[in-house]
Amino acid sequence: MKLSALQQSYLNRRSNSFRSSGALDSSSDSSIKSTSAIFWLVLHGLCCLISLFLGFRFSRLVFLFLFSTSATTNLYTSPFRTASELAQTLTVHSTPIRDLEFPPGNITSMAGGSSGSSRVVVGRHGIRIRPWPHPNPVEVMRAHQIIERVQKEQRLQFGLKNPRTVIVITPTYVRTFQALHLTGVMHSLMLVPYDLVWIVIEAGGATNETASLFAKSGLRTIHIGFRQRMPNSWEGRHHLEARMRLHALRIVREKKLDGIVMFADDSNMHSMELFDEIQNVRWVGALSVGILAHSSDADETSASVIEKNEDEENPESLPVQGPACNSSNHLAGWHTFNSLPYLGKSATYIGDRGIVLPRKLEWAGFVLNSQLLWKDAEDKPEWVKDLDALTHNDEDIESPLFLLKDFSVVEPLGSCGRQILLWWLRVEARADSKFPPGWIIDPPLEITVPSKRTPWPDAPPELPSTEKVVTGVQEQIVKHSSKTRTPRSKRTRSKRKRDTKIVDTRLPVRNSEQN
Amino acid sequence: MLCSAGDVLEDDPVGRLKVFVYELPSKYNKKILQKDPRCLTHMFAAEIYMHRFLLSSPVRTLNPEEADWFYTPVYTTCDLTPNGLPLPFKSPRMMRSAIQLISSNWPYWNRTEGADHFFVVPHDFGACFHYQEEKAIERGILPLLQRATLVQTFGQQNHVCLKESSITIPPYAPPQKMQAHLIPERTPRSIFVYFRGLFYDVGNDPEGGYYARGARAAVWENFKDNPLFDISTEHPTTYYEDMQRAVFCLCPLGWAPWSPRLVEAVIFGCIPVIIADDIVLPFADAIPWEEIGVFVAEKDVPNLDTILTSIPSDLILRKQRLLANPSMKQAMLFPQPAQPGDAFHQVLNGLARKLPHDKSIYLKSGEKILNWTAGPVGDLKPW
Repeated sequence: MKLSALQQSYLNRRSNSFRSSGALDSSSDSSIKSTSAIFWLVLHGLCCLISLFLGFRFSRLVFLFLFSTSATTNLYTSPFRTASELAQTLTVHSTPIRDLEFPPGNITSMAGGSSGSSRVVVGRHGIRIRPWPHPNPVEVMRAHQIIERVQKEQRLQFGLKNPRTVIVITPTYVRTFQALHLTGVMHSLMLVPYDLVWIVIEAGGATNETASLFAKSGLRTIHIGFRQRMPNSWEGRHHLEARMRLHALRIVREKKLDGIVMFADDSNMHSMELFDEIQNVRWVGALSVGILAHSSDADETSASVIEKNEDEENPESLPVQGPACNSSNHLAGWHTFNSLPYLGKSATYIGDRGIVLPRKLEWAGFVLNSQLLWKDAEDKPEWVKDLDALTHNDEDIESPLFLLKDFSVVEPLGSCGRQILLWWLRVEARADSKFPPGWIIDPPLEITVPSKRTPWPDAPPELPSTEKVVTGVQEQIVKHSSKTRTPRSKRTRSKRKRDTKIVDTRLPVRNSEQN
Repeated sequence: MLCSAGDVLEDDPVGRLKVFVYELPSKYNKKILQKDPRCLTHMFAAEIYMHRFLLSSPVRTLNPEEADWFYTPVYTTCDLTPNGLPLPFKSPRMMRSAIQLISSNWPYWNRTEGADHFFVVPHDFGACFHYQEEKAIERGILPLLQRATLVQTFGQQNHVCLKESSITIPPYAPPQKMQAHLIPERTPRSIFVYFRGLFYDVGNDPEGGYYARGARAAVWENFKDNPLFDISTEHPTTYYEDMQRAVFCLCPLGWAPWSPRLVEAVIFGCIPVIIADDIVLPFADAIPWEEIGVFVAEKDVPNLDTILTSIPSDLILRKQRLLANPSMKQAMLFPQPAQPGDAFHQVLNGLARKLPHDKSIYLKSGEKILNWTAGPVGDLKPW
């Protein structure tokens, strides 16, 4: 709003500020061509040049002192204020001044005495900057707490009204990849905003190793040992896991846990939206699971298999398992994983080369209302079988659908299976692969015997004697310290404190060397 | 105040007042709009929509004898530059010409010299008809409007351009556009302080210190590196969505103390942080601004972060709850067609509250108060 009318307003202002009559001509066609105007223009130009030379707008000071005694001008502030304001603006802006725009604002400010009681001044003000502009960390913390509280309130108001507890069942056993998988699931569960009970059921008995993995999670966990060791074949593992899950369901029944039961296998990946979506289940829900059929062999990847497939028909062979809906959004059937292309190339034992295939319908794709498992719940529907009656012959129980007499009552979740909220993945090392227990290298190092084939393809070649392995490792440590020694020695001249530090760090290295 | 504020917001003006709309020749309204239809979408569009609302409202009466208030539909804020900014230079003459027309064709103006007439003047400084504050103060309110009630967006205490009896309205913000950008309310608010706009008006005030009385520049200089403050001059397409993800939205003054940011903040549930000394906010008698927003003096801007973080979280939640009140949001809008509780109705409520007119406004025959030749010489030229 200023740009276009600038020129004529400028001319008007220039003439007005020095006329005592105060009669304003706001017409846009005015053009002042009097000698006085030209004189003022020349003077103004001169002031411009001087200001450019000096580096600040001295004309304001001049006008202030020249006209402060004039009776006609309506000067508002005392010289103190203008000087300090000037000083403030000086500290902020030292750029050369373009005197085009408005003349000293203070002089023409506050016309009329009617606004005498207002404390707001029109005109140029200083830009206030505090001396230490950086944020105060205490205040930053408080701001974050405020945001937390606001978000919590939002969740209470607009989120779910009565969120149900999530009961997560995870079968696991001690092996190389256990730490990786279980930590992943643990972190996902720690982010869930609802109440949670995590039932970790471990093949081969409950061990401290597994317990230490989720000790610091802060989640409510139930750690159960299952007295049978995990077999080495995928078939066997699937069977045992099914039995372990059934055992966990029996625990839910015994303890009368109330909530939504979901099956989180330790190597699966869950999205946060999954936990929001399963709150919508009434009795039994089915989800779409993305199947990441993966081969641990670099050469024969699943990509080559898929390429072959794409040449033929079936563009619909998506790696998804889950409910299939008809056009009216009712359950019509099931998508299962097409394992035909992988026949003959599938892995048979854990850590094998070959693609690990899922079952027809994975347990992970189902959620249950825990009340279905209870002995006597009030409004248990008729289509659910009793858990006790079935589990006597719990071989070949493939999926939680065994609980149902009628499969049509299953509720498809995730906008009728169109959203994939979790992924199924099986990545394991060979059963005989070694890893430090608890993933802590505890000195002194034990003498290790390298296995014939490690799961890591880039492992160093086998060494003839064991001692060289040990010294090789220690040499690395020694080399590391020697590397750090040289740059530090340069600095020790100036910083003596570091001397003591260097000595200290070397001590533990020496200990291991002596061994 | 809180209890009565809620009732007052939902008052129904129908039946409490009658408004007569003068039929002015279309050169005062329709023709101007035809020349530049941008007037329908800019922030001064309230004058046009008020006219349209009154034409079809139940409070309108065709019988001027029974009218309590008289409305003159003259679009003074529709002479736009190529950039879209309204030029106020012809507005005093246009207004004067309109008043001359109504005073000569109808007897109602002369009866009270405009004391029961109201005008919508949504420009920067209301009826002072200038965009520059010093000039506006020098001109003062148009002399002919001395006795009329002014419905304007500008409001600052003890200012020449705000009369005692004025009604302050919010600037126009397009309701459909804002509706189209609503996001789910459960989206967590993760931005602490949000602001988008100019800090320095390099074109008109390159040194700084003039624009916004230096307050916006102070915000920038003090908080540009503060991670809690999401402030910049960029024009993101997600402006409305971002406001819905912020806890506080800054509403500092610009060249004039009011801005559409206040409306946007209220609609999107973001607590407005008002940095404008002595500002008079819209419908201050109906909306409890102290309870909804945070007021920060311009001199306290360098301590803005301390001020905002020291507000207890219960108070913040309370403000958000009050902001979530749909009648509050409705009162800020000018929807088409009009809906109960919207800004049109609040204006009518305000007018209704001034009734009944004091007997003294009716002039005795021959009595004249207004000076028809007052004001700058240029204003007296015909339009």
